[in-house]
Amino acid sequence: MSVVLEQIFQVGFLAAIIRIATPLAFATLGEMFSERAGVLNLGIEGIMLLSAMTGFTATSLSGSLWLGVLAAVLTGALMGAVHALFTVALGLSQHVCGIGVTLFSSGLAYFLYRLIFGQQSVPPSIKSFETLPIPVLSDIPVLGPAVFNQFSLVYMAMAAVPLAAFVLYRTPWGLSVRMVGENPRAADSAGVSVIATRFQAVILGGALMGLAGAFLSMVQFNAFTFGLVSGRGWVAIALVVFGRWDPWRSAGAALLFAFVDALQLRMQASGLGHIPYEAFLMLPFIFTIVAMAVMSRNAVAPSALLKPFRREER
Amino acid sequence: MFRLEARTSTPAWFNLALPLLAIGATLVLCSGLIALAGAGVIEAYGVMFAASLGDSYAITETLVRATPMIFTGLAVAVAFRAKFWNIGAEGQLLAGAVASCAVGAIAMPGPLAMLLMALAGAAAGAAVALLPATLRVKFKVDDVVSSLLLNSVIFYALMALIEGPWKDSFSGYPISPPIEDSANFPVLLEGTRLHLGVVAAFVAAPVIWFLIARTTLGFRIRVIGENPEAARYGGIHVERVLISTALLSGALAGLAGVGEVGGVHFQVMSDISPGYGYSGIVVAMLARLNPLGVVPAALFLAAVMTGAEAMSRATGVPAFLSEVIQGTALLAMLVALLFTAYRIRRVGAAP
Repeated sequence: MSVVLEQIFQVGFLAAIIRIATPLAFATLGEMFSERAGVLNLGIEGIMLLSAMTGFTATSLSGSLWLGVLAAVLTGALMGAVHALFTVALGLSQHVCGIGVTLFSSGLAYFLYRLIFGQQSVPPSIKSFETLPIPVLSDIPVLGPAVFNQFSLVYMAMAAVPLAAFVLYRTPWGLSVRMVGENPRAADSAGVSVIATRFQAVILGGALMGLAGAFLSMVQFNAFTFGLVSGRGWVAIALVVFGRWDPWRSAGAALLFAFVDALQLRMQASGLGHIPYEAFLMLPFIFTIVAMAVMSRNAVAPSALLKPFRREER
Repeated sequence: MFRLEARTSTPAWFNLALPLLAIGATLVLCSGLIALAGAGVIEAYGVMFAASLGDSYAITETLVRATPMIFTGLAVAVAFRAKFWNIGAEGQLLAGAVASCAVGAIAMPGPLAMLLMALAGAAAGAAVALLPATLRVKFKVDDVVSSLLLNSVIFYALMALIEGPWKDSFSGYPISPPIEDSANFPVLLEGTRLHLGVVAAFVAAPVIWFLIARTTLGFRIRVIGENPEAARYGGIHVERVLISTALLSGALAGLAGVGEVGGVHFQVMSDISPGYGYSGIVVAMLARLNPLGVVPAALFLAAVMTGAEAMSRATGVPAFLSEVIQGTALLAMLVALLFTAYRIRRVGAAP
């Protein structure tokens, strides 16, 4: 046990947690906005992959990292708009559309990547962001170098959590989002456009998923590989439920998952583990399923989740 | 002027016309990608067709590829009929594969081994599907998310097996030990991979159709899907029917895994399913949830997958086109289904 504790309080370990949590935080916040407005987006897995590809490609061709981030965000927003077109405007079933968006986006990501870069024995890579130490704060022992000597996208994720909470709970638009997710009929009577608000929330969600994809291909791996996302989108779906559709709790859930994942990687590397590492990777899914059963008594999910809105139907 | 109007009933020819419309639209949309890759659209689709349906060997390969998708397609069709949103066919398939592989590795007479493999695989798939159904019935837990998340749980369980106790101790590769030779499904046509499981899939579709269309259980499944309140009022135990549906759906998805182990791979590895569980959703939707329609829908996807490899070799268009086609076909079909709910009516010029 003491060996495990020693491992935990190391700069490298803490930094690893932050790095694993960052794309999950973006993705989880993105899915949360979408679901708070009443739209489940199972396209997340594919949207992250396609954004990772476009971000990587834009950087690779232009040499500009921020152009890549922009491309990834726009890709995510565009695919969010596609999902909203099917589920909000046309009112088609959200889970089936989501699977369709994931199949389409993943296929397109691989197709375009192969088309642009061909089949190479060594996958092309990009020179990623440099870490950006924050003066004073980065000098704090242990915590400083781990948390405040990070990439700019990591800081963006840290800022995104309070920002998301502010937008959702303290702005008129956030109120509209919560209304159309809880009671679209009442929102409609109050003069809130259900269709427009849902479109905006799903597009914003898609843009955040795009940032998650950009972080994976442009910071974490510096390359686009097949299986780059490998279930992280599904993890985000679980974290939103586990975090009870709240930005702070969802981000906390992402950190908790990142901690378990980082621990698992350490134990694998040090040969300490007698427990197969897959047992750790399963945990968030099992916890979420258990949590869903426990939480079901005090319905916390947005009431109108999965329900299309048609004005003429009463 | 045109106006959208709600429809009360749909003509029977829609069942055939809508999937064909969706597939046609998909092929037109995806031809843009072929052109982008600098190949001739007609040529690329031509190679695809020839390599999947052009000669008898190609046809057998397409049939082998269609088999798991017939099973997962049936699994999804049965579940969706009852509005049990089983997104977990992928995990149920993997569970079926693992269970049948474990049984197939035990030495016993071939026919007995194959029977037990099928039973074990179906039971494992059913057990996995039972969980989201039970959670929904007992705790009102949303079945979309729980069945989806179980896919990841089962996948990691499979990985733990093949990287742990089942790992090949000679090569160190994460693959399971092979099943006994006697448990390999017999090949029906010398020189091809056409195995017994293919026949099983083609038998399963009409059997499931009969079950849904002509039996009491099938009637109940349809009623709880269409109108659960009326079902309850009519004395149907909705929860019990939902559980039965889940067991049936999971067993069918499990059989998809059995076929892959017994007839194609003879062992379990991490990529035993290239997403056949998710493809099952595409198949079921294209089939309009009709078990008989599942067969041609699965054959279409299988032909695209088999043909894409050859198309890639001949024209340089990446074979990933087949995945784009799958996703596009699903979305196109969903849009086409709008025609079952609405009709476009021409109304007289505005005064």
